[in-house]
Amino acid sequence: MFASLLGKLSWSQLPQDAITRGGAGSIVAGVFAIVVLITLLGRWKWLWKEWLTTQDPKKIGVMYIIVAVVMLLRGAGDALLMRTQQATAAGASGGILDSYHFQQIVSAHGTIMIFFVAMGLMFGLINLVLPLQIGARDVAFPFLNATSFWLFFAGMALVNLSLVIGDFSAAGWLSYPPLSELKYSPTVGVDYWIWALQIAGVGSMLSGINFLVTIIKMRAPGMTFMKMPMFAWSVMASMTLVAFAFPILTVTLALLALDRTLGMHFFTAGSGGNAMMYVNLIWAWGHPEVYILVLPAFGIYSEIVATFARKKLFGYTSMVWAIWAIVVLSFTVWLHHFFTMGAGADVNAFFGIMTGVIAIPTGVKIFNWLFTMYRGRISFKSPMLWFMGFVVVFTIGGVMGVLMSVPAIDYQVHNSLFLVAHFHMMIVGGVVFGYFAGLTYWFPKIFGFRLHEGLGKLAFWFWIGGFLLAFMPLYILGLMGATRRLDHYDASLGWQPLFIVAGIGALCVGVGIGFQLLQLIVSIWQRDQRRDLTGDPWGGRTLEWSVPSPAPVYNFTTTPVITDRDQFWVDKQSGKKPVKQYEDVLLPKNSGASVFIAGFAFMFGFGMVWHIYWLSVLALLALVTTIIVRASNDEPEYILTAKEVEKMDHALSRRKEQYV
Amino acid sequence: MKKRSKIWIGVLLGLAVVAVTGWYLHGHLISVLQPAGKVGAKERNLMAFCAALSVTVVVPVFALLWHIAWKYREDNAAHAKYTPDVDGNRLAETVWWLIPTVLIGIVSVITWRSSYAMDPFKPLTSTKPTLHIQVVAMDWKWLFIYPDQHIATVNEVAIPVDTPVDFEITSDAVMTSFWAPQLGGQMYAMPGMSTHLNLMASKSNNYGGVAANISGKGFADMKFTVRAMPQVGYNAWLRLVHNLYPAQLSTTTYAQLAKPSENVPVTYYSKVQPDLYDTIVMKYMMPIGDGTNTQTQEVNL
Repeated sequence: MFASLLGKLSWSQLPQDAITRGGAGSIVAGVFAIVVLITLLGRWKWLWKEWLTTQDPKKIGVMYIIVAVVMLLRGAGDALLMRTQQATAAGASGGILDSYHFQQIVSAHGTIMIFFVAMGLMFGLINLVLPLQIGARDVAFPFLNATSFWLFFAGMALVNLSLVIGDFSAAGWLSYPPLSELKYSPTVGVDYWIWALQIAGVGSMLSGINFLVTIIKMRAPGMTFMKMPMFAWSVMASMTLVAFAFPILTVTLALLALDRTLGMHFFTAGSGGNAMMYVNLIWAWGHPEVYILVLPAFGIYSEIVATFARKKLFGYTSMVWAIWAIVVLSFTVWLHHFFTMGAGADVNAFFGIMTGVIAIPTGVKIFNWLFTMYRGRISFKSPMLWFMGFVVVFTIGGVMGVLMSVPAIDYQVHNSLFLVAHFHMMIVGGVVFGYFAGLTYWFPKIFGFRLHEGLGKLAFWFWIGGFLLAFMPLYILGLMGATRRLDHYDASLGWQPLFIVAGIGALCVGVGIGFQLLQLIVSIWQRDQRRDLTGDPWGGRTLEWSVPSPAPVYNFTTTPVITDRDQFWVDKQSGKKPVKQYEDVLLPKNSGASVFIAGFAFMFGFGMVWHIYWLSVLALLALVTTIIVRASNDEPEYILTAKEVEKMDHALSRRKEQYV
Repeated sequence: MKKRSKIWIGVLLGLAVVAVTGWYLHGHLISVLQPAGKVGAKERNLMAFCAALSVTVVVPVFALLWHIAWKYREDNAAHAKYTPDVDGNRLAETVWWLIPTVLIGIVSVITWRSSYAMDPFKPLTSTKPTLHIQVVAMDWKWLFIYPDQHIATVNEVAIPVDTPVDFEITSDAVMTSFWAPQLGGQMYAMPGMSTHLNLMASKSNNYGGVAANISGKGFADMKFTVRAMPQVGYNAWLRLVHNLYPAQLSTTTYAQLAKPSENVPVTYYSKVQPDLYDTIVMKYMMPIGDGTNTQTQEVNL
């Protein structure tokens, strides 16, 4: 009786082998250490009031980034385990992991890196920068924004819980059926995957709508669309994709969940199910997802190149058209992920050509960045180094991508390590490098002090060197016939030296990450020497640099009026000082409801994973009740009076004098 | 000249990497680039052509990046122009919309033509009649049925050289991919679906084949060997299988074979139940309740 109340949950689901126990142990110990530390410092109340319940997008952005960085460490740990396995598992040596464990790590690495690192960094940076850039004081729906973050957090918690109790999907990061169906994956692993992504995915969709409305409705007076900073354009495009693509993911995951929990047959082998439908649907979301991630990174590069070359962005209109061409085209290429499914020449040719076509606007953007640098005064600070690294890696990866867009070539490299090398060059070189550049660039705006430049550069060199060392050999291995996700291989093939080189490369990237952490620690340590007192540490061009660092809660004392594209740059050139006219500011009150909604969503997901249905039903009821109660709150905002704003503004100026 | 010496170190390092890579690759098999069949050779040539085309873009882009970054760096201010307000040039922008467009135009033509000409479903032209082989991906081995020769093999497939082979592929487990890289590109194997892959070997040898898409626990060892041999040898091989291996592949022995197993040794069957392949494909087309999906129906609510 009692046992059935716990669904499939039992003690035997705790980890049994040493490596998983180590991982689970470190998660439990980490959480425990944080709890003890906060309790000892007596900071629970502070944490709740200042951070967990906040609706300030700048703080929400910081929380996103903290989660993403922690997940980067987890994902990188998974990567190092995979590299160790493949470097050692030649011939009779089975390496350190069995195949099931290895496949779980492969799946977890992909899932975590895309959904909880790349997406986390993206939403974090958008939260930090976007409202400031368009001269807004907040996002359109602050409560929704906080809820999105907490749903993201709940999904992240569910993925990591799978390491402590139960297991994770071993069916690859996109869990193709029939392998992911109950018949072939009877454990809770795939369910963890489904519900973690489902919960985080709903959060992403809400964020997409939120930022889209923010950009359309909340730009400063005078900021017409064609005067928007390029980052804002890229976010608008990316969020449009989110709004259209994420519903597909939600439905696909829901159908797979119905198969697994209610015995339906959408994607099963047999009984009317069709796995090819799943593969189509998941990539109809999956390919736009790539552009969802990379477009904001393109926006960041556009800001950084213009700033560090001290020159206007070249070909602004071209850039805008290129971005929107990518948005439209990104929905017409999904089939290139499975040319080898036998769709026939007509279909393959169409999708192959569309894939090539999407490279055109991307190429145009590269040229425009290069010519922004042309006749500029380029200062090679670390954000600019990330940009240079991006151009090199992304161009190599992109060319390999064009090769693979020809179906007849793809047949020979699909599912091989060649493909793995290609998409890592696009997503790490394109997306992650861009977000690292953005983090370094906007860090002073958020925290009020600059990151250590020397350590940042050192981190970059380890990253780029290690990255090339880790992935160039994979191109060769792919051509040698090495498929992806192999937990071992024949020694006679002679692949081991290349796998060892790739492992050394991954280790170098690990050292790079180490330097980034060190950079953070050293910078916090020396923060008093590193204060950004001007609010404009790089010679910026856009509105976010016109306010003090760190940006105050109200963002702008006076709503800026826009006449030019690079408004702040133009103001600096003309020596125009904005007239300060303090006004009442409407700001959202803190609310714990977001945390509760996500907490209930987590419980719902946990119940669904373990078939503890009473828990899911109760959690869902509680979730809906929380939403209704919150929606009935008629006073979600408070007024920061003009007087208070003035006081805070003066305090900022005084602090500045104190340091000077 | 600190910067200059750094560049030289970089160049030397690059050359060293190229040299070591070349030394390593010499004497190692690069299956995709060293094909032993018509299809693989065509695919390799296409790849080489497109790669060469790409180099014509990559090299100028890298040269431009390097040149611009070097010339317009901050500490070269005295020798470089600075035009902070130039924000576009219609002619230049038109040019770089056109360059990739032309290039992709060429690739598109190649894509269109090669998609038809090299469609894996399309029978290969040859003076010799096509050999039909049915392939069943199983957990975790490959079953090859020769419908016209009435034999079957596991994890090994023998073919005569210079003879077109039509592999008809399905799966009796999860989805995976049939790939023998030296002969040519891959094709998905899916339950309830039948796909085709037409290949032809031009040299007698043994070639490796793999399951290219993750298929569960025994995925890494789900391999097969393609034994390409002269027609005479192939005929001898057929006789050998017929005469030396009494095992038959009936419904019962098939059910036994279909159970998940790893590292299955090469097995020969001198007789196969007719229409076995069709039975396997059609099994998944049946409505609920025919017993093929018992496990999904036993859901514990």
